[in-house]
Amino acid sequence: MTHLAQYRRPFWNTQPGYRFDPYGSTQLRSPNEALIVVPQTLSEITGPAFGAAFVRQGDNDLTRVASADAIGERIIVSGRVLDENGRPVPDALIEIWQANAAGRYLHKRDQHDAPLDPNFRGEGRTVTDAQGRYQFKTIKPGAYPWGNHYNGWRPQHIHFSLFGRAYATRLVTQMYFPGDPLLEFDPIFQCIQDVKARNRLIATLDWETTVPEYALGYRFDIVLRGRNATPLE
Amino acid sequence: MLYPTTSQTVGPYLHIGLSGLNCADLTAGLPHLEATAIVIEGRVTDGQGNPVPDGMVELWQADARGVYRHPDDPGFASAESQSASFTGFGRVPTEPDGSFRFTTIKPGPVAGPDGSQQAPHLVVSLFMRGLLKHLSTRMYFPDETRANEQDWILSKVPAARRETLIAHDTGSGILRWNVVLQGSGETVFFDI
Repeated sequence: MTHLAQYRRPFWNTQPGYRFDPYGSTQLRSPNEALIVVPQTLSEITGPAFGAAFVRQGDNDLTRVASADAIGERIIVSGRVLDENGRPVPDALIEIWQANAAGRYLHKRDQHDAPLDPNFRGEGRTVTDAQGRYQFKTIKPGAYPWGNHYNGWRPQHIHFSLFGRAYATRLVTQMYFPGDPLLEFDPIFQCIQDVKARNRLIATLDWETTVPEYALGYRFDIVLRGRNATPLE
Repeated sequence: MLYPTTSQTVGPYLHIGLSGLNCADLTAGLPHLEATAIVIEGRVTDGQGNPVPDGMVELWQADARGVYRHPDDPGFASAESQSASFTGFGRVPTEPDGSFRFTTIKPGPVAGPDGSQQAPHLVVSLFMRGLLKHLSTRMYFPDETRANEQDWILSKVPAARRETLIAHDTGSGILRWNVVLQGSGETVFFDI
């Protein structure tokens, strides 16, 4: 058990720090002390294996609650979950949640004065297939104001939560939309120093998954940490 | 070579999409746990001691034998995965007062670095509005003084801060373990 393959640590400026003053909520919630670097043990290289049993048919369609269609622009969001070596990650559980077309979350604490849509669930889940592929049908979320700074508005985004093979590869992120003028003013998007890494959170318009006369497709590939080729001691 | 996708905060409305996997009682419906159920209670507070009401706590642990339900654990037999067995995964949202509560079992020791055995522990992840990437920490057990002293991971933690990772026995079958995000008594967080 001395030879466990470690998952690589991300290159430092491709991930946000814990404290980012323009995003006010980080100020009291970021540790002052430096994180303690430890090797990954059996506890970190294992992780919950959810698999397809945790997902029901239709869980990846957010547009239909009862019999009526959700309001807004229908979109197909799809992509692949890969590791750093470009290998597909099968059986990755993906959970998503988002605001509706008017920019309102289905949550009692969302006080934004925009209409709720009784036919929009705002949440879904799916599991990647053997090639690491996933797909959701949803509604393009609206932008909405938040009190972080004067006239602050969050760009349109979908929250993603992923479980890969190991606890070390756990990831929560957000998908943004191309051409959104709010991106350059959003401290949550801007918290990532490396511009290329930041821009990888923006989906691309995807004609392959676009359904004619029905829904535009957006592609969003997600990369989880990969293992070092050579096991470390 | 690709680069891992960047982390982002879960935001304030995380429960919308993540409640489907909520599991506060890891022992539910499992008759053969080979261990007594324990309750773990705690509270998450920020740098001013205020509760974090919009967070989520996830835990991952081995079973009473010290085996993770995962094919990369040499002790795991895949046939087991077909039957109802201890999953080792828990997830709860924090309450308005920042509190969380799990019912689970004490895990057995699992292999550590350099051929050592790790003291029984839970791996814990914290998510919340204002956290751009989740925090990783561990909870150790108060009745394992000797194993804790010999634990390879705990030995990397400055002695004065180790107690932030060890739960307190309240004497009524409940273990108390608070998480302090910042400042005095700040919990130790790990870069894994």
